[in-house]
Amino acid sequence: MTRPRQPRFLARQNYRRRRLIDAARLLPVVGLVLILVPILWQPAHTPEPDTARGGIYLFAVWVVLIVAALLLARVLGPDEAERPGTAEDDGEAG
Amino acid sequence: MVPFNILVAVCLAYVCLLFLVAFAAERRAERGRGGWLRSPIVYTLSLSIYCTAWTFYGAVGYAARSGLEFLTIYLGPTLVLIGWWVLLRKLVRIGRSQRVTSIADLISSRYGKSNLIGVIVTVIAVVAATPYIALQLQSVTLSFGVFASGTPEGWALPDQGATALWVAGGLTLFTILFGTRNLDADERHHGVVMAIALEAVVKLVALVAVGIFVVWGVADGWADVAARTRASPIADWPLQPGRWIGLTFVSAAAILTLPRMFQVMVVENSDERHLATASWAFPLYLMLMSLFVVPIAVVGLSTLPEGANPDLFVLTLPLAEGQGKLAMLAFLGGFSSATSMVIVAAIALATMVSNHVVTPLWLSLREGGARAPGDVRGLVLMSRRVSIAAILALGYIYYSLSGGSAALASIGLIAFVGVAQILPAMLGGIFWRGATGVGAAVGLTTGFLVWLYSLYLPSFGPDGLLSAELVATGPWGIGWLRPRALFGVDGLDPLLHALFWSLSLNAGSFIAVSLVTFPGPVERMQGLAFVNAFDHDPGARGWSRGGAEAEDLLIMAQGILGAEEAQGFFQSEAEAQGKAGFLPDTTPDFIEKLERRLAGAVGAATAHAMIAQFAVGAAVSAQDLMAVASEAQQILEYSTQLEAKSEELARTARQLQEANEKLKDLSVQKDAFLSQISHELRTPMTSIRAFSEILGDPDLPAEMQKKYASVIHDETIRLTRLLDDLLDLSVLENRKVQLNVKVANLHDLIGRAVQAASSTRAQRSFAIHRDMPSEHIPVITDADRLVQVFINLVSNARKYCDADRPELTISARRRGGRIIVDFVDNGSGIPKEAQRLIFEKFARLTDTAQAGGAGLGLAICREIMANLGGTIAYLPGQGGAAFRVSVPVRLEAQLEPEAAE
Repeated sequence: MTRPRQPRFLARQNYRRRRLIDAARLLPVVGLVLILVPILWQPAHTPEPDTARGGIYLFAVWVVLIVAALLLARVLGPDEAERPGTAEDDGEAG
Repeated sequence: MVPFNILVAVCLAYVCLLFLVAFAAERRAERGRGGWLRSPIVYTLSLSIYCTAWTFYGAVGYAARSGLEFLTIYLGPTLVLIGWWVLLRKLVRIGRSQRVTSIADLISSRYGKSNLIGVIVTVIAVVAATPYIALQLQSVTLSFGVFASGTPEGWALPDQGATALWVAGGLTLFTILFGTRNLDADERHHGVVMAIALEAVVKLVALVAVGIFVVWGVADGWADVAARTRASPIADWPLQPGRWIGLTFVSAAAILTLPRMFQVMVVENSDERHLATASWAFPLYLMLMSLFVVPIAVVGLSTLPEGANPDLFVLTLPLAEGQGKLAMLAFLGGFSSATSMVIVAAIALATMVSNHVVTPLWLSLREGGARAPGDVRGLVLMSRRVSIAAILALGYIYYSLSGGSAALASIGLIAFVGVAQILPAMLGGIFWRGATGVGAAVGLTTGFLVWLYSLYLPSFGPDGLLSAELVATGPWGIGWLRPRALFGVDGLDPLLHALFWSLSLNAGSFIAVSLVTFPGPVERMQGLAFVNAFDHDPGARGWSRGGAEAEDLLIMAQGILGAEEAQGFFQSEAEAQGKAGFLPDTTPDFIEKLERRLAGAVGAATAHAMIAQFAVGAAVSAQDLMAVASEAQQILEYSTQLEAKSEELARTARQLQEANEKLKDLSVQKDAFLSQISHELRTPMTSIRAFSEILGDPDLPAEMQKKYASVIHDETIRLTRLLDDLLDLSVLENRKVQLNVKVANLHDLIGRAVQAASSTRAQRSFAIHRDMPSEHIPVITDADRLVQVFINLVSNARKYCDADRPELTISARRRGGRIIVDFVDNGSGIPKEAQRLIFEKFARLTDTAQAGGAGLGLAICREIMANLGGTIAYLPGQGGAAFRVSVPVRLEAQLEPEAAE
């Protein structure tokens, strides 16, 4: 058994945080895609009834999005104010 | 069945409860114990005004008509909330740093504080809100109707129009009482937010309770609900891709641009971090609200008789099952949804109307503009109250014109598409520096007109405001101008059609015009500040030095913010600059801060216009602007550091300079003091010597002897008084005075002072205004010394007030541990350059002959106040000479100097 090596990259926390911010930016896009998926099923043109199934799918997506937002908010929310510069040097001007 | 009377009584009791909650919250906030009032949970719950009566009743109706499509209305906002990092965070940051008061204020502030754009946004918001408010009236009216229909006292409701009128009137009163009791400097309404948070809980609990009852009480669990869904008319899901995408988009846009959502999300936000909590908690709330919608709809469709209005299933299902109490709870839920929406929407819209329409209009009509002193607060509050009434009246008119017949969902969507017109200007404003005010104005107007023509006007029915013929064949028979088929695009869903054309023409013209126009100076700076909201230094200055006089600014600020707050603000700013008193230097920094402060009360555009009147010609020059707009960010960064340092140097220099000037004055004064004192001593001495020589003559008649002796006596008294004063002053200055501390009533002290000073220029009629009730404040201090100060101030006013009808106003109040007493007369006041000197020894503004004293009075006053642990200061900008005495309620540790001996 070998001990895990010391990370060579010192600002590891900052790096992690920036990737989490990337995730936070992507989350609405992922959500949009998931919400638009039913269009591909073309429920209007299928013979079997799909309201129940579609409802279950949409509520499941909803729950997943809420949980993901909760996890991201836990990490990004509390210390956002105390850490100027970590988010901003990452191309905030866009 | 619940009797109708009880229903009305419960409603009134509920409204009283809300009022109590709001009142208690406001009291708490005033005492500075905000605490949990400002928690992320309350913030999230306040966002729930997104769920109006449309959600509460209409969602079930929507689901019963079109299946799962209703979910788009809640999925769109979910996407916006979980994407808070990208958009909402920036909006909130901008809202806080620019002290934005409404969405119209945000847009107008971004595009160069242009009031025209503020007006356009206000008009769009007000017109779009009318169907929405009509919808709330309609749903409350319908729900009353449900309870009234089955009762013997059906006569209580001769027609629904009357009910709607009562509801509209009640809501108007309620909103005015709630929202316009005071003019908050930052437009925050703690009480209202707390009340709508409570209503959010009530509506969620009500809908979930009905849902649980329906799923497990009427149906037999989820499996049964699923089975009934498959057997119901909405078993198949007729998903139309265009509507699915379009509605998701328009509801996402609406949560950003609805004035009431902007109000709770941005304006009332007290902490940016609350957004993090709301990002998941608000979608959770929405999901819980929607969870039972489909079950209620399918169970309602399967159990209730054919033809029952699906918009009212939430009420009629429990009633049909004999659950009166549950129906009552559901009714309160719907009532909560409608009232909270109407209250916040009316407050938000009234703020916009008063800040962007009424106040600018009044300022331009009034002679002298903002320079003439006056109470703007009263006007602003009154205009808000009138606006609230007008907005609800418009909602009622829409309700009665549209016949109150349309399904709730379709009315709500019309409003959504209307406010979505603000979206391009908003997003362009915060992400694109090239967006210009002209572009925004053109885009907004185009989108608004297209929406009005293709969706809003046709919504009044086939022969409402547009004739059926025009809708069918187009104006003057021009086919491609038909409101439902613009440019020949036929066969599209009317809502989608209007959404597509209005938004694409809006965004298209906004971008195109922005590309070819050139923004003005202020606009470019605001663009920079908005787009780079996360840079700490805005790097842009609106005002260069000069032009404005601090005293004029104070007078204007008092009219808007209120005397107390304005004085406090000026005093703390002066302190930050290292100056004593109430008048800071009018540095660009200070003027900028003042402008934001005013913007919090009357909106950015008005505040800018008011300040501009004082700093005419001092606004940015083209060169300043080029410096700002150039991309030299690194240099700016470096220069801000330098600036901070040089600012500190400047402050020190200013303090030194002030001290130096004072020293010079004091040295001159010392010489003056000596010559003055010799003079003061010599004059009586001379006459004493002369008269005593005469008395030496034995032939003098007795009555002459008596007369001269009395002259000598008078002169010695004058001499003694002068020496007494000097001794008194020196004792006070060395803090060796023995204080006689006891409890006294301030009212008695002022009374004594007024009485004692009445002999000064007694022949002159002199009016003294006092507010007796507020004077009864107990104070523990040396009462005699304090009275001495009061006497001095009152007799000074009697002596020097040069008005034709001299008046003195004495007002007293308690602030924390201090008592503040103001003495304000209506004379011409004290010139600015003399204000620093009046508290010095032998400082007299007029010549000696008129004054009759030695000029020690105010110097003694200042020393007495220092001994009593208080202060006395000249208060500028009150329209006359004004002095403020501030004294601690309880004098402590007064014996220390003695102990040190």
